Amino acid sequence: MTATHRSTDAPLLSVEDLSVELRVGEEMRTVLKQVSFSIEAGQTVGLVGESGSGKSMTVRAISRLLPEGAQTSGRIGFDGLDVLDLRGEALRKYRASDVAMIFQDARAHTNPVRRIGDFLTESMILNGKIGRKKAEQTATELLEAVGIHDAARRLKQHPHELSGGLLQRVMIASAVAARPRLILADEPTTALDVTTQAEVMAILKRMQQEYGMAMLFITHDLELAGAVCDDTVVLYAGEVVEQQQAKRLHHDPLHPYTAALVQARPDINQRADRLPSVPGHPTTAYEAPAGCAFAPRCRLAQERCRETKPELVAIGDHGESRCVRAVELRGTLLMSGTTPLTADTEEAAL
Amino acid sequence: MTAPLLEVRNLTKQFGSGRTLATAVSDVSFDLAEGGALGIVGESGSGKTTTARMVMGLERPTSGTITYRGEDRTAPPRSAREWKRRGREIQIVFQDPYTSLDRRQTVGDCLAEVVRLHFPADREAVRARVEELAQLVGLDDRQLRALPRALSGGQRQRVAIARALAAEPRVLILDEAVSALDVSIQAQILNLLTDIRAEQGISFLFISHDLAVIRQICDDTIVMRFGEVVEQGPTERVLDAPEQAYTQLLRDSVPQDGWDPLAGPARF
Amino acid sequence: MTTTSIVTQAPSKKMRPRLSFISGIGLTGQISFWVIIAVALIAAVGPYIVPADPNAVDLEYAYYPPSQWFWLGTDASGRDIFSRLIVGSRTALLGPLAVVAMATVLGTVLGLVAVWFGGWVDALIVRVIDAIFAFPGILVAILATALFGAGLPAATIALSIAYTPYIARIVRSAALRERNLPYISALQVQGRHGFAISARHILPNVSGLIVANATLCFGLALIDLAALSFIGFGVQPPTADWGAMVGGGMSGILQGEPLEAIAASVLIVITVAAVNTLGARLVQRSESRA
Repeated sequence: MTATHRSTDAPLLSVEDLSVELRVGEEMRTVLKQVSFSIEAGQTVGLVGESGSGKSMTVRAISRLLPEGAQTSGRIGFDGLDVLDLRGEALRKYRASDVAMIFQDARAHTNPVRRIGDFLTESMILNGKIGRKKAEQTATELLEAVGIHDAARRLKQHPHELSGGLLQRVMIASAVAARPRLILADEPTTALDVTTQAEVMAILKRMQQEYGMAMLFITHDLELAGAVCDDTVVLYAGEVVEQQQAKRLHHDPLHPYTAALVQARPDINQRADRLPSVPGHPTTAYEAPAGCAFAPRCRLAQERCRETKPELVAIGDHGESRCVRAVELRGTLLMSGTTPLTADTEEAAL
Repeated sequence: MTAPLLEVRNLTKQFGSGRTLATAVSDVSFDLAEGGALGIVGESGSGKTTTARMVMGLERPTSGTITYRGEDRTAPPRSAREWKRRGREIQIVFQDPYTSLDRRQTVGDCLAEVVRLHFPADREAVRARVEELAQLVGLDDRQLRALPRALSGGQRQRVAIARALAAEPRVLILDEAVSALDVSIQAQILNLLTDIRAEQGISFLFISHDLAVIRQICDDTIVMRFGEVVEQGPTERVLDAPEQAYTQLLRDSVPQDGWDPLAGPARF
Repeated sequence: MTTTSIVTQAPSKKMRPRLSFISGIGLTGQISFWVIIAVALIAAVGPYIVPADPNAVDLEYAYYPPSQWFWLGTDASGRDIFSRLIVGSRTALLGPLAVVAMATVLGTVLGLVAVWFGGWVDALIVRVIDAIFAFPGILVAILATALFGAGLPAATIALSIAYTPYIARIVRSAALRERNLPYISALQVQGRHGFAISARHILPNVSGLIVANATLCFGLALIDLAALSFIGFGVQPPTADWGAMVGGGMSGILQGEPLEAIAASVLIVITVAAVNTLGARLVQRSESRA
């Protein structure tokens, strides 16, 4: 259930109580705890979090790219398919034509010894069973659609001859080539300059609208999420702590952590005496304490926050929050002012 | 009006020669006032990091001059002794918290090594100074005994800052020092830097691509593009009333309320 | 309470092996360690407590089968095989140890110097390394033997020079990677001497690789020295040496008395395997802790 859509159709992607444990040496470590959210067809959902939040793992679970030895529980539904159960040909088809991934580091995900043209046409030829000539023509059209105008020349080049921004556009071209219904974009613009980011986002949004694709957009940048997503899901320590309409998140966060993120960013329009900051650092699911994972760093925490694990509850019509004080604190989370109640240092987190 | 602490004039850096000649930095000039904070903003390929490295002495300028308190500092130091002297004037904090510390050295040892280098003293005195530095940047005893891999990115940057401050420099170069940090940690480190500057009167040369961070930390800003200075002046003026279209473009590309990528800035 | 570490150390769920001086090297590492200790003890003490004189020739007792006086029987000259194996462990360990020690020291110094100074120093060192590389170790050893006379010293020195490039190349490329990391610049900027940075920062961070290659070289050197003895260079009769015993035992095999050759070969294999295994585990351990 998302905050903006109340359609009676089943969502395209439905993540239900997804939990993931990774094998590290001898033990299993929890990285995701019962994460639930959904994406309607054509909708853009942002997944926001810092280190250890589990956002990358969520995307990897959806594309079935988790590392060896990982254990998952819960359900991921894609248009009626049970993604976690897919095998063999069905899995291949799912990855090839239903879902496409765009990674953060385009250079790391392209083979340096193969030409751009080969990169683009390879899967087209294998999956679409079309000939080389037709594939190359399609590739040329794709490159032009992403704003690369001397496409014919670029097709013959190798990845190192293209800048980061250009290469990311090639990745986008490759991702949309099969007309997937869902794009998983894992911080696609984080490594790019801000002007390049603006261009790449424009292309991504345009293609998304043109082909009616849904998108799961991972980012650490709340403002970017606010600009390009319909809804935003905030992750902390492997759990969903808030879910709300993206544009409203900035003005009316429903969870203290989200408020902290919003306030921690310097304002490009004015300098603050001090940035309101939260002590400590983001934790992973397996390091989180009992009770609310954010409680040790939260200046609004009370005894009950440390004792009981809060549930994700709907806050009126606006969204959901995993904070026992969410209703009570509604609307006041951004008014804390600039003086944190505890010292800024790491020590204060303990 | 007192003379600037650092004067950079017509700084140029070229790599390669003949057909492979590449100009990374071209005719860059700026001043850093005593106790001031100058931001250098630019995208990749702008030459901002190369400029910073030349000021630090890690890169030899092709032409131009760098002056510190009136004395010429253009050429990189040639000996360890010269480096040590330079280190007490200017220090640098790098971007990547994961490779800017020796992974086999505990934090305490790392800081002690640098303290001993500049202020040879007995163990007690060194230890006291290390603890002082740790307190300054917000590290506790347990972290002093830890290896870098047990620390988070933000904590490692605190160590890097402490290490730079151990030499008691007057200028601190921060080369994208907060860019690799989580947002909530970035805020802590920015506050720490503001505090250090207020307490110790150190001047900052702050390299970043992030305009909001520059606004928060820097009094003055220069904007670089393709190795050249495009615009410079007080930060407020540069960001709120830019004179150059490129600066305006940078400003407009930053996601904020009401920004719609599809409306997009014109291709520059 | 938040912990201050991103990566918490996993509590060990394996039972600790009981006799461990070195932790973290696993069962095979422990076994290898004790095998090497055993061989070293034998080499050190054995010659003083051998049951029979290893060099006592008595042709009447040639190829005697194992018995209570000659635990593994005798060789073609009637010498006690068991005693000779014990005495032979000395050259089996000392020789390769000397080779590895010298090659490691020389190779490490060359690698670090090349990386720190760069420029023409680096270019020169690389040429020298390439030149030495061009000659197979054994040929150099044979040449040295021809020039300086047969025996362990000449062979050892020759092999040390031949093995230096292996270590030097590895140290150079690993050190190059380290040197380009920002923490080295940070130290340079503080005024730390190049020597101190190389010795106290670069070297420890490449030591895992050095240990791995040094142990590999030990095994190779043991085999090379044994091979030299086998063909008559290196250790000279009547000195007992495993390689020489494999060589000497060849005629025994043809006569249906393979014990000498087999016993000596087995010991060589066990020692090399133990050293390589321990080396690999030590590297694993140093990487997991780095």
